[in-house]
Amino acid sequence: MNARVKRRNLVVEGLAQIGDAGLFLPTLLAAMPRSLRYFREIVRQIWFTGAMSLIIIMTCGLFVGMVLALQLYHVLEIFGGTASTGTVVALSVYRELGPVVTALLFAGRAGTSITAEIGLMRATDQLSAMEMMAVDPVAYVVTPRFIAGIIAMPLLCCVFSAMAIFGGHLVGVTWLGIDNGTFWSNMTSNVEVWKDVIDGVIWKGLAFGTVVTLISVHQGYTTPPTSEGVAYATTRTVVASSIAILALDFVLTAFMM
Amino acid sequence: MTQRRSYAVGTGLFIVLGFAALAYLATQTTSLVNVRHGDSYTLKARFTNIGQLKDRAPVKLAGVRIGSVQSIQLEPQKLDALVTLSIDKRFNQIPEDSSASVLTSGLLGDQYIGIQPGGSPDSFKNGDEVILTQSAVQLEDLIGKFLVNGSPGDKDKKKP
Amino acid sequence: MTDAIASPDSAPTGDALVRVRGLTTRFSGRTVFDGLDLDIPRGKITAIMGPSGTGKTTLLKHITGQTPADAGELLVDGEDVAKLSREGLFKLRERVGYLFQNSALLTDFDVFENVAFPLRQHTRLPEELIRDIVLNKLQAVGLRGASRLMPSELSGGMARRVALARAIVFDPMLILYDEPFVGLDPIALNQVLKLIRTLNETLGITSVLVAHELAAIQQIADRVVLIANGKVVASGDPKEIANDGSPWTRQFFGGEPDGPVPFHYPAGDYAAELGLGETA
Ligand SMILES: Nc1ncnc2c1ncn2[C@@H]1O[C@H](COP(=O)(O)OP(=O)(O)OP(=O)(O)O)[C@@H](O)[C@H]1O
Ligand SMILES: [Mg+2]
Repeated sequence: MNARVKRRNLVVEGLAQIGDAGLFLPTLLAAMPRSLRYFREIVRQIWFTGAMSLIIIMTCGLFVGMVLALQLYHVLEIFGGTASTGTVVALSVYRELGPVVTALLFAGRAGTSITAEIGLMRATDQLSAMEMMAVDPVAYVVTPRFIAGIIAMPLLCCVFSAMAIFGGHLVGVTWLGIDNGTFWSNMTSNVEVWKDVIDGVIWKGLAFGTVVTLISVHQGYTTPPTSEGVAYATTRTVVASSIAILALDFVLTAFMM
Repeated sequence: MTQRRSYAVGTGLFIVLGFAALAYLATQTTSLVNVRHGDSYTLKARFTNIGQLKDRAPVKLAGVRIGSVQSIQLEPQKLDALVTLSIDKRFNQIPEDSSASVLTSGLLGDQYIGIQPGGSPDSFKNGDEVILTQSAVQLEDLIGKFLVNGSPGDKDKKKP
Repeated sequence: MTDAIASPDSAPTGDALVRVRGLTTRFSGRTVFDGLDLDIPRGKITAIMGPSGTGKTTLLKHITGQTPADAGELLVDGEDVAKLSREGLFKLRERVGYLFQNSALLTDFDVFENVAFPLRQHTRLPEELIRDIVLNKLQAVGLRGASRLMPSELSGGMARRVALARAIVFDPMLILYDEPFVGLDPIALNQVLKLIRTLNETLGITSVLVAHELAAIQQIADRVVLIANGKVVASGDPKEIANDGSPWTRQFFGGEPDGPVPFHYPAGDYAAELGLGETA
């Protein structure tokens, strides 16, 4: 492995990895029907990728909501529009920050561990051992993690966003003294279910979940079976996922406008 | 075995939590709150200019939300905007000589309909029209007046 | 190089479970097998020996269809491995046990679940029956007491025995052992030897054993095949093979550093590579 040479252009490498991951998708889709047999494994992976990420997602969501309310309050004060603080917190969280920050955290927390886990299974011959026991490692190891990630991400986005609203309310109403009724009524008359909550939190969440887990499982599955290979693959998961999330976010936003 | 079951329970709880969060976002923080309200009655009001008023904008009395804008149409003959208001049944004691105006929350905030109560002993009934209305104050008009009348603000500016 | 050896494989060809003809394999230009012919008789223990890097592990992977060979024919129980579909290959593998050089236990599961894994994947047996089978196999390798340990809590030798229990959980027709004796203490080694022989004698399981320990092999193997330079260079009874007089066996079993088997991986001139070529 000339990993040292590659390390110089991590971004170029990341872009190339996104393409490679895309080519891995047909293999995953083909294995999808077979992995429905491993329903238990999917449940277990939702636990590991989703539920185990809850604490970090909730904490970050709370703080993002709090800091947003704080910043927006002082900007909106200039125009006498502090009543809109809740609205702007909700809109920026639902449309952008919720899905994007959740996806970035998800890549760092769940994506890297998926890559490292599959990479180590490859390095210690566990994937070959499954092949030898007539169990398809793509259907048993890779696709359940992929499916679990796609299911977990939108749910995490919802939890993140709800925590952000809570944080925004905490700072805006409890601390800065915006009237509680004004905070909510302003928000509820400006936020749309489909355009903001479903398009933002759910669709973007699904799209990012698909891309991040696809990159993670691909990196793990194709990593050179050495400790250096696994270490480097986790780095590439974070780099490639971050690029993919932000680029895809722009494209999706452009389409949704 | 017991290990497996705990994953299933934990995963189930996680999924429930996620959907609960989604339900909360969708129903408590969006315009669904306003659509969902129970019994209501409608009032009509004509304005020569509604400014940036939008569907589902709040209708407030004394600053309290009592309903929302149901629809906005242009009256072809009169060239007026006909606004249909949906008012919560709980607020059925509004005097029928009350007036409605298009107001702005803050300087750049959203526009809403404010009801100024009158003194009549009779109340509005379903389908009634609010006769006394005041259109939106256009920022451009204000600025125009301001420029024509000279700038009273100059004095203020020199104060500090 | 090879003409010094007469009759590369004089084994019985009548009832071969695995039949290899003209097997050729290249990895990035380097030839690993060069027209290998080999028969593995049914119901016997065949030991495969050879210098490190000759492709013993690769041969086992060819037999199980994990890595395809470049040319040649490889029949397992009459089926051409190279021509099998994925399903066919999986069907075949359910009847073949494989002991990996590094155990390859699934780190997610404890010892019990590792051994139970193939059963859970391919059968719908009731839990009590699975329990009985698994405990029976673990008892056979002496690790019934360790059934709730995780793989990370096992020593190398214990992990090997768990892997062995897992490989035999389906009572396969063929077991491939890749260096099963490495890292075992003499007691454990004897247990594993006894186990391999018992499996072979009582269940009639054909065994292929890749190992370097001649003493151990002499105790159980029916036949030894020595592979070097991509071909079978000697084969025969394990007790006699060391003295068959060929330069290959003399070097290999005598442990002589020089002979037909080069100690060095193919390389350019050492002096030239050090930059001494011109000055010397
Ligand atoms: N996937 C592969 N790609 C390239 N070369 C390989 C691959 N697998 C094995 N080789 C090469 O094939 C040769 C045989 O490897 P193999 O692992 O079969 O040796 P071995 O006989 O099992 O050695 P040991 O006794 O040390 O385990 C080695 O030189 C190795 O470099
Ligand atoms: Mg080997």
